[in-house]
Amino acid sequence: MSVDIGDYVGLSAVMLCIGLAGVLLRRNPLIVLMSIELMFNAANLALVAFSREWVNNAGHIFVFLVVTVAAAEVAIGLAIVVSVFRRAQNVDVDEVASMRG
Amino acid sequence: MIGFYVLAIVLIASAVFTISQKSPVYSVVGLLANFLTLAALYVTLNAEFLGVVQVVIYTGAILMLFVFVIALLSSGIGPFTEGPDRLPRILVPALLSVAVAFGFLIFSVLHAPLTPMPEYVADPARATSELGPAGDPNVFGSVGDFGRALFTTQLLPFEVTAFILMVAVIGVVLIAGDAAPQATRGRHVARKPAAQREPIVKASK
Repeated sequence: MSVDIGDYVGLSAVMLCIGLAGVLLRRNPLIVLMSIELMFNAANLALVAFSREWVNNAGHIFVFLVVTVAAAEVAIGLAIVVSVFRRAQNVDVDEVASMRG
Repeated sequence: MIGFYVLAIVLIASAVFTISQKSPVYSVVGLLANFLTLAALYVTLNAEFLGVVQVVIYTGAILMLFVFVIALLSSGIGPFTEGPDRLPRILVPALLSVAVAFGFLIFSVLHAPLTPMPEYVADPARATSELGPAGDPNVFGSVGDFGRALFTTQLLPFEVTAFILMVAVIGVVLIAGDAAPQATRGRHVARKPAAQREPIVKASK
């Protein structure tokens, strides 16, 4: 029983769904951001696996780009969390509704 | 081979641990295990440089940022959230969405025309590099291979990366910097004419 690219991509699918469940079910914004990180990393795993499949390093460059975007996203997301917390002393994604129409 | 399954189990277990903890600090620990396992999986896929990048950027920078924000927010203030729990109402639709997504992904993977890895010979028309054992210079996934692609054929994504980081820095300063309450911290006071300013360096006699 050998391991092939499909196993890696299936693992990536499982991890993406765990991250999706975290985003949908949790209401602590920090854990929601961490779940988004899980989903980013699942996509990265699939990209690296496909890159290995074709022995083409364009996938590696794309993973590098995704890591950068993830870092920027986390920095801005945490800044928003800190800003909301300063304003309302409460960071619950269900309670933060000041931009609702 | 057995290594892949061990890594896969650790990866899934740490991901579930991450999203199931009540305290975000435990989630960070789960995420740390997840990222380190993922770095090991990258190495098994011949992407040794990306494994290093994963450890340095994710566990070194991003997780530290999480830890600092947790320390900042919960220092002496208490737990994060005390509101009405809406989990029972959204549980069924959320799990349904996850199940649909999972089914779609697994269906796609099962029908993808993927070739087994050990028997695979690189198609010279598509391959950019040569496969080799991890650690050799300039084989697929090594620092030399990655860097040569990054600075020649893939230069535009690299420059886009710089732009994204700049936008992130400006955005964070605008959002979280406490510029609003005390915007004029002496900066907007009109400067005196040069003759009335105190000299910075006193003239010695």
